[in-house]
Amino acid sequence: MSTVTHTPGGLAGPDQAPPPGRTPARRAALGGGSAGARFFNGFSHLFLAVWAIMVVYPLLWVVMSALKTDAEVIRKPLSLIPERLQWDNFARAWTEGHIGSFFLNTVLVLTGSVFLTMLLGSMAAYVLARYDFPGNRLIYYMFLSGLTLPIYLAAVPLFKGVYNMGVVLPFLGPNKHLMLILVYVAWSLAFTVFFMHSFFRTLPTAIAEAGMVDGASHSRLFFSVMLPMAKPGLISIGIFNVLGQWNQWYLPTLLMQSVAGEPKNQVISQGLIELSVNQGYRSDWSGLFAGVTMAMLPVLIVYIVFQRQVQSGLTAGVSK
Amino acid sequence: MRHGVARFVTGFLALPVGLYLFYVVWPFLQAAGYSLTDWGGYSDRQQFVGLENYIRLFSDELIRKAFWHNVFFLVTVPLFTIALALFLAFLLNVGGREDRAGIRGVFGSGLYKVIFFFPQVLSLVVIAVMWQQIYRADGQGLINGVLMKIGLIDGDDPITFMYDPEPFLGVPAVLWWLLLIAVWSGAGFYMVLFSAAMQSIPKDVYEAAILDGAGRFHTFFRITLPLLRDTVSVAWVYLGFIALDMFALVYIMTPSQGGPNHASEIFASVINFNAFQKGQFGYACAIAVALAIFTILLAALQLRITRRERIEY
Repeated sequence: MSTVTHTPGGLAGPDQAPPPGRTPARRAALGGGSAGARFFNGFSHLFLAVWAIMVVYPLLWVVMSALKTDAEVIRKPLSLIPERLQWDNFARAWTEGHIGSFFLNTVLVLTGSVFLTMLLGSMAAYVLARYDFPGNRLIYYMFLSGLTLPIYLAAVPLFKGVYNMGVVLPFLGPNKHLMLILVYVAWSLAFTVFFMHSFFRTLPTAIAEAGMVDGASHSRLFFSVMLPMAKPGLISIGIFNVLGQWNQWYLPTLLMQSVAGEPKNQVISQGLIELSVNQGYRSDWSGLFAGVTMAMLPVLIVYIVFQRQVQSGLTAGVSK
Repeated sequence: MRHGVARFVTGFLALPVGLYLFYVVWPFLQAAGYSLTDWGGYSDRQQFVGLENYIRLFSDELIRKAFWHNVFFLVTVPLFTIALALFLAFLLNVGGREDRAGIRGVFGSGLYKVIFFFPQVLSLVVIAVMWQQIYRADGQGLINGVLMKIGLIDGDDPITFMYDPEPFLGVPAVLWWLLLIAVWSGAGFYMVLFSAAMQSIPKDVYEAAILDGAGRFHTFFRITLPLLRDTVSVAWVYLGFIALDMFALVYIMTPSQGGPNHASEIFASVINFNAFQKGQFGYACAIAVALAIFTILLAALQLRITRRERIEY
């Protein structure tokens, strides 16, 4: 990738900044920028810094409020430094607010659903992209149409379908992990197939043909040749699906209501909504902030560690 | 060999297509069917009423409101998000020093990008619950608290945010506050997208422009922006879908999920209201079908408008 500005220290992050001694010398040699350019540089920094604060400050405020006492949240809502760190807010949200079990449910559901989405999505995309058979276009457009239709349209019949299914097969009824996994997979297939379809199309045919000549079966060809070749695409769509399904709130709200007496199988988004409704009655503000912090920090940390992959993965999802 | 192909294709497609048909396609088809009945949702009694639901839809005051609110978001969310994202990307990529290598990005732009992208990885629910606290209508809220501290507003007369149906520029204030959240959470992502697109424009294009004596503003508006056209139009389509889907914010943040006094109703909240609070599933399905048609028309329209010859480089 060629860039306009990709000389060292230009667009690169702080990790690649030029040695400090060299920059001023070079600037002096070139005569430096005009006054206008310097003013513009200052203005850029100012505006970017203001926006950065607008993004970070609320997040920091939430995290810090999670470490205050309730009295402190009310008395000094703006301060960013708690008088004494109240770690038990987290313990309370984790157990009494059920964030702990919601967390576990989410991880459980996501493990199954992301894996299945990727597997079934790339299987379908591969067949549709590489094999010619009657009905190919029809199936492809059927998947594609799911991208434009609003989920609210399907809400009522979907709920009814799941409910009826639960009468016959209880483990696929409302408020069951396996049901939510299958629903997530079905609703993620449209974009996954669409994305992987265009990816498999671009892979060269020569290698596949060589594999065929060597006597590999169709499915072996897929699993040991094509799938490894599609790794960059799989990473992109994988990140996209992890975040997308982690963020899902409408489907669980619709399908994972626990009736009294049933185990709480809800996911983290529902837990937060519940917490935000309940704290209004119990005014457990610090517990709410602790809940939000716990839902927010793991994703943020994973993002900071893998920022390059996440950024390119998500933007690739849009520009396809 | 041929026989093997058929078995392989069926084997690979059976499960994904089966799941998709059962959990996605079938509900959609059923919804279209229910929209022609007066089904209440809880009883088994339903009567075929033809297009009655659709006729009723046109005289429904709530739907008219929701329609205009959707249009408001459809225009403002992409407009403000893209404008801000482009501006940030511009500052980031050409705000730095000028030297023989051309115009540089600002120092630390990598760090800025990481930070601006934060909201994108937070879930909508986290964002909604967090902004609920920021938007609190008393001194405990972040914005009211700060403004009271510096004396810009009186402690007895705070900004009411989500409880403010008073129109501002003809649109209820609560919608403007929701718009702010959407722009806040989207700008960073599209900035990264535009930034990447800017960097994939080859260097020689810029060198030629600089040789011709173009400054950074000229270069940006005459070269960068036109070459970004494709990316911007894709972003516009995506933001359009996001704008149609502001339901998470409305559902979690506004009083009685579309209030106060229906000031923040959008299509999705009206469907929710009719289906689950008024128990009119048939009618709710008709609204949803109308929304689906609206969405598809809009997508087709956008694709038509934004389709243009690609510039290859």
